[in-house]
Amino acid sequence: MTSISPLRPRKSRVLTTVMALYLIYTLLPLAWLLINMTKTQSALFSTPGLSFGGPFALFDNIGETFTYDNGIFFRWLGNTLLYVVAGAGGATILATAAGYGLAKYRFPGRRAVFAVVLGAIAIPGTALAVPTFLLFSKLGLTNTPLAIIIPSLISPFGLYLIWVYAGDAIPDELLEAARIDGAGEIRIFFTVTLRLLVPGIVTVTLFAVVSTWNNYFLPLIMLSEPKWYPLTVGLNQWNAQAAGAGARPIFHLVITGSVLTIVPLIVAFLLMQRFWQSGLSAGSVKQ
Amino acid sequence: MTSTAVAQAPPRPATRGRRRRNWRGWIFVAPFLVVFALTFLAPIGYAIGLSLFRDQAFFGGTTFVGFDNYALVLADSKFWQSFLRVLVFLAVQVPIMLLLALVAALAIDSARLHAAGFFRIVIFLPYAVPGVVAALMWGFIYGDNFGLVADLNHLLGQDVVKPLSGNWMLASIGNIVTWEFVGYNMLIFYSALKVIPNELFEAAAIDGAGTFRTILSIKLPALRGSVVIATIFSIIGSFQLFNEPNILHSVVPNVVTTDYTPNMYAYYLSFGGQQYNYSATVAIVMGVLTAVIAYVVQLRGSRKGM
Amino acid sequence: MSLIRRHRRVTAAVALAAALAAGCSSGTTGSGPAATGTQDAVDAALRTGGTITYWSWTPSARDQVAAFEKEYPKVKVNYVNAGTNTDQYTKLQNAVKAGSGAPDVAQIEYQALPQFALTDSLVNLDQYGFGTFETDYTPSTWTNVKVNNGLYSLPQDSGPMALFYNKEVFDANGIAVPKTWDEYLAAARKLHAADPTKYITSDDGDAGFTTSMIWQAGGHPFTTDGRSVKINLADPGTKKWTATWNQLVEGKQLASIKAWSDDWYRALGNGTIASLISGAWMPGSFKSSVPDGAGKWAVAPMPTYDGQPVTAENGGGGQSVLKQSANPALAAGFVRWLNHGNGVKPFIASGGFPATAADLSSAAFNDEPSPYFGGQKINQVLTAAGNTVAKGWSYLPYQLYANSIFNDTVGKSYLNGSDLNAGLDAWQKALVDYGNQQGFTVSAG
Repeated sequence: MTSISPLRPRKSRVLTTVMALYLIYTLLPLAWLLINMTKTQSALFSTPGLSFGGPFALFDNIGETFTYDNGIFFRWLGNTLLYVVAGAGGATILATAAGYGLAKYRFPGRRAVFAVVLGAIAIPGTALAVPTFLLFSKLGLTNTPLAIIIPSLISPFGLYLIWVYAGDAIPDELLEAARIDGAGEIRIFFTVTLRLLVPGIVTVTLFAVVSTWNNYFLPLIMLSEPKWYPLTVGLNQWNAQAAGAGARPIFHLVITGSVLTIVPLIVAFLLMQRFWQSGLSAGSVKQ
Repeated sequence: MTSTAVAQAPPRPATRGRRRRNWRGWIFVAPFLVVFALTFLAPIGYAIGLSLFRDQAFFGGTTFVGFDNYALVLADSKFWQSFLRVLVFLAVQVPIMLLLALVAALAIDSARLHAAGFFRIVIFLPYAVPGVVAALMWGFIYGDNFGLVADLNHLLGQDVVKPLSGNWMLASIGNIVTWEFVGYNMLIFYSALKVIPNELFEAAAIDGAGTFRTILSIKLPALRGSVVIATIFSIIGSFQLFNEPNILHSVVPNVVTTDYTPNMYAYYLSFGGQQYNYSATVAIVMGVLTAVIAYVVQLRGSRKGM
Repeated sequence: MSLIRRHRRVTAAVALAAALAAGCSSGTTGSGPAATGTQDAVDAALRTGGTITYWSWTPSARDQVAAFEKEYPKVKVNYVNAGTNTDQYTKLQNAVKAGSGAPDVAQIEYQALPQFALTDSLVNLDQYGFGTFETDYTPSTWTNVKVNNGLYSLPQDSGPMALFYNKEVFDANGIAVPKTWDEYLAAARKLHAADPTKYITSDDGDAGFTTSMIWQAGGHPFTTDGRSVKINLADPGTKKWTATWNQLVEGKQLASIKAWSDDWYRALGNGTIASLISGAWMPGSFKSSVPDGAGKWAVAPMPTYDGQPVTAENGGGGQSVLKQSANPALAAGFVRWLNHGNGVKPFIASGGFPATAADLSSAAFNDEPSPYFGGQKINQVLTAAGNTVAKGWSYLPYQLYANSIFNDTVGKSYLNGSDLNAGLDAWQKALVDYGNQQGFTVSAG
């Protein structure tokens, strides 16, 4: 007879059902997105929201999204990839290094660093937008990719996460042993630390990827030419076409474009998932 | 920060070498700080400068007014109304959201859930949805002309549910924010749970602890740090509430006015009225209030302090 | 003659911030009517060629740019859609404040023009002799492009208001086309009583609509003279409008659907909104976005208070040259081509409603039947409306700001179904305060 222990529990149908209720709550708005992605622009205005209707236009919509306005969607996709790889990648590197430094080196002023970071992000970003714009304008950076990438290199949450994680996951003896063997600090970072930090780094990367992917406000201020827009700003422009004299609503492209925007994030999530299996709990029977 | 399993290094004699080595920590922190100085500290400095002046966009030039702007903000009823609003919002929405995230993380981590991986990604999905389509989406769901709510009210025979009305608006916004961020917070907790070493669970099993005992004695204490930081970031996020009410501002501007939240107030002062100085002042006052409250939460939340 | 002095900006370097160089603009004065120059400089610039940047969101812009480059192969136009109205204006304001990044030519609507003109961001086109074009445009659009006796734009389109109504819904409910506002009110009650799912029109508080309605009623709530501004949102014209419109607002006879939202388009298509009082550019939107309404809608003159035809402008705008332009003569040449040259035809072809007197009076334009509107020759109604625009209207120097807080104040009346005058009063108070803060001398009344 198997004893039921926390290590080898029986799957609970009750729990699954309760969680499924939350799942429905989560999926309802997304269902709206997916259903309306299949409608033509005029069907959007004439059919009820949660049911299919009109001709099935999913593939037409996808095609039109990619070809509208000389295929600018591709350009926006490329821009977003650039900003994410450079921005999220850079943010992960900076946060990992800084978090490790704060966790494992007891230098004076380290508590102040985090307090200052937290204090700075406590100030609402919208009122900092104009000063940032003016500053970047003086540096000649507005309307360039750097205006988007540089601000996204700061991930305060990433900093905190790595700080805590490094504190827990990297034993001081390991570092000492490496130092006794004669390794320099940078060397230790690359050979010892990074490997131990992998699950934390993965989490930080995932959050950084999502937030730079969906970065909207600062690009809106910094960029005046569509050729540098990320997808979020581009879709917003398509959305705004619905209003005013000469309006040509293209809500069907906005919806389709939005779903297409989410897909790479899902892929990124699935790819990074497996890293959560490794680390300290590798080989455990927990999922 | 409680350290669950890592044994502390044995105390060492203070040496000059160690102090020098500790200073090397700055090598790792410096890159972050340099970019941080450019992207946060410089604009904040500029904003502080702005708040000490008054500029007239059309005539009159710029004059130094010292702390006059601050006096105005502190006496501004619109500012305090919006501040109170986000305070109320925070007090209700943050606990609900974090509780949901906690339960979800525990459930997914518990190995007692069918298809946990599927739950994990679906619950995270709302965080990935770009804001631009949120207006269309929630405009539909909350729409009382042709949307879901309209159908619901039809079914019930009268206007029972009115998410876009003044009385319901804060709850409606809270609903959107909760929907968006439960997944985000759930993942924070989940990744913290993954770090707990297996030996603890084995020991607990040997001692005969059941699921709930394990949660109470092992998992929750291990989550303490992430709960504190998630709370702090949620508080900061709530005080800075902008995106979601702004989305509804484009749908029902009569209810969600341009001064609905302090951040919206600062934004429209800047971009609607070109009153950059006053806007900067509002932002700084808001930042100070937020930082104070976040600091208090942090003090209460962590045993050792950060 | 008024002097517009450019303001100097001084920025302070504080604490950790890198010292920011003070951004100054040279202190020049642009005096009232510029020395009326000739178009020679413009013609020369077009011959020499060059590159300019053009910000616009009109659907026909790309075609116009292509046609222009064909005609002037030495000129390259960098066309950029920097966003629709307020989005673009924000970027323009930021670029002006930063001193760089603004385009050479930008599309600017009539209500936004004073704001940019008075902050000395635009080139006065009188120096190129464009003042002689006055008689080529309708009087109401020409007054809209002059600010403080300077010429800052050439009109591209106009928006005289008319009544667009769903003939099918009207006929089904026995409603005659109203000629006066009293008849309109009666029609509203009759329609909603007969069919509670339908409303005579939709209005949930729109600044542009309100200002146009006050305009038609003969109101002059905003008068500007140099630095002094008078705001009176309780003047006889305004009161005339609120007396009528209050009956709809307080009587809950209005659908309150946000204009340009997908619910709004839906409502236009399925008859929920039975009529629309809008500018002459509206047919284009009907055609492209309300396919369900094809053949059901018609156009009639806007109802009036005493039965005599009078109307107002709603929307519309032109193109201006920014002072930051490195080649203002070339930019001016492009504006001239767009709105006074061969650019007008593509604009009309794409569904725009022009501001040029010649096109508006041409038989081809007026006699063209519109299939969407059941074959009706709608342009006859619309150009006739263009000739009856009430005179003497002006916007505030800070109309963009005013519109951005309209819903905060007047919106409350719509929300509560209460007296519009109270809402307008709140709006007025906020506008007086703002104007005084910004250096104007604003008085109420």
